[in-house]
Amino acid sequence: MRFSGDDWRHIAIAVVLIAIAALLPFGGNAYYLSLGVNIAMYTALATSWALFSGPTHYISLATAAFFGIGTYVTGIGIETTPYPMLLVLAALAGAAVAALVGLATLRLSGIYFVIFTLGLAEMVRQIVTWWQNQAGSKGTYVLTNLTEADIYWQLLGLCAIVWATGWLIGRSRLGFALRIIGDDETVASHSGINTALVKVALFMVSGSVAAVVGAMIAPRYVYIEPASAFTPMLSFQVVIMALLGGTGRLWGPLVGVIPFTLLWEVISSSFPNQTTLLLGVCFLIIVYLLPKGFVGLLQKIRMRASGESARDEALA
Amino acid sequence: MDILITGIVLGGTYALIAMGLNLQYGVARIMNLANGEMLVAGGFAAFWLYTGAQVSPILAIFLVAPVTFVLNWLIYKIMLRPLVKRAKTRGQLEADSILATFGLAFVLVGLMIWAFGGDYFSYSYLSRPVEIFGSNFGLNRVVAFICAVVICGLLYLWLNHSRAGMAIRAISVSPSSSGLVGIDVPRLSAIAFALGGAVTAMGGALISTFLTLDASTGVLFTMKALIIVIMGGVGDVRGTIIAALILGIGETMVASFIDPGLTLAAAYLLFILILLFRPEGLFGRRLT
Repeated sequence: MRFSGDDWRHIAIAVVLIAIAALLPFGGNAYYLSLGVNIAMYTALATSWALFSGPTHYISLATAAFFGIGTYVTGIGIETTPYPMLLVLAALAGAAVAALVGLATLRLSGIYFVIFTLGLAEMVRQIVTWWQNQAGSKGTYVLTNLTEADIYWQLLGLCAIVWATGWLIGRSRLGFALRIIGDDETVASHSGINTALVKVALFMVSGSVAAVVGAMIAPRYVYIEPASAFTPMLSFQVVIMALLGGTGRLWGPLVGVIPFTLLWEVISSSFPNQTTLLLGVCFLIIVYLLPKGFVGLLQKIRMRASGESARDEALA
Repeated sequence: MDILITGIVLGGTYALIAMGLNLQYGVARIMNLANGEMLVAGGFAAFWLYTGAQVSPILAIFLVAPVTFVLNWLIYKIMLRPLVKRAKTRGQLEADSILATFGLAFVLVGLMIWAFGGDYFSYSYLSRPVEIFGSNFGLNRVVAFICAVVICGLLYLWLNHSRAGMAIRAISVSPSSSGLVGIDVPRLSAIAFALGGAVTAMGGALISTFLTLDASTGVLFTMKALIIVIMGGVGDVRGTIIAALILGIGETMVASFIDPGLTLAAAYLLFILILLFRPEGLFGRRLT
């Protein structure tokens, strides 16, 4: 793969921005740092969600399932296994579950996939709860020396990996195949693309990232139990943020995550009892008024501006 | 035998809920992820009427049905009709309606938490045993089952032997062709959606007599109803009923042999089997 001058410039800009973001923990403000952790976490989740659901239009509602699986990998293994190994295991576990879900549903039409993912987190939660009851415990302690700053840097690094992966996929045959599938699945299969395989592969990437995020966040929770690890709200937040930003561009979800995380801070501190309701309302507003997110809005404005300047030139 | 009867009784109520969803998805073409929330709302209404005004849940159904009918009709007119108009293809409508009703589900959960709090609620109605074939069963379950059978039966007769019912079945086959033969598709779609919501809410009122619900359990029922509809085949009343009975029996078996907390896992197992072997539904014809 050859990079053009433009590509190098984009890479340089991205590296500089990530390096600047990495300076946050040195600011010494604990509140901003915890906000930063939230933003980095949701960015990794929403971007990896958009990698799969953006081009294919297959809406996955299962982020919480993968996230929870990752959390539990850390929770179970922290006493016996070195931490970096756990991240690898979480990625493998996430990919394996995604492969199972994908193989069962992605051969068929998209609707089965959505339905399957809708209840997945709840089902995994039931199984984990059952298994814990068998073992006679309610939750698991995760005690590590990792500080909030360590978690932040890890998540930031993960974001960088996700962006790089997304960028490389976009330039590869896989990304091309994916865009064709998104436009017209029949055309894709007629031009010799193994549509099921492509979709399953991408979903595995998405699932393993979500699991790794869960594994990285687990030390922050200290005590994990099924109800907090598999909260359905998470799947919902990730979808809403990715849609708010727009899934057409790699940086789209980030543009949605930042304002939404801030808004969420306000909502959960001012209206702690109405969070579900207000989130639902925000979601509906986005679906109806901003169907393509900020990215789409920006493109529309840009298109209108260029359309007007073209007309001005024609008049002049 | 115990398990079989408990399963069938549970399946009967599931059939009612799934019929509601089937009307919404099969006719109005709206994949309604807020279906379970409508069920919980029906349950809440029954609970509220019973504890507040001593109205029996069976009578409450007659109040719940028209209210939820109007509510769902409004939801369709205000929220979903614009999506139907905007959508160019059926796939586009599916994606849009999934997102919109997913958001709606959270709004409904939020409203119910606001109104009733996040606690579990249950009340005791007709909770005395009744003997069938030598074993004891909760009378409330049996009564709920009988009501479900009656409502399902009426719905079946209406769909198969009335003019409106026939028009609704025609739309489920092909909305565009139904328009050509003079059927008012937008109006009947709205009615089918509203009716579906009302049927689900009635199911919720019946279920609340023997199950403990809380504001956020809706998604479980949505999941089960969706699985039943897929298993039975979209728009197929007979398939829906049989699929609901299978799910009811399967769940009861898992609950009594393994653990009552694993019922959703049982539903998923059935779902995977269906997806692997008969994705077109139990009685569906394979599309070529």
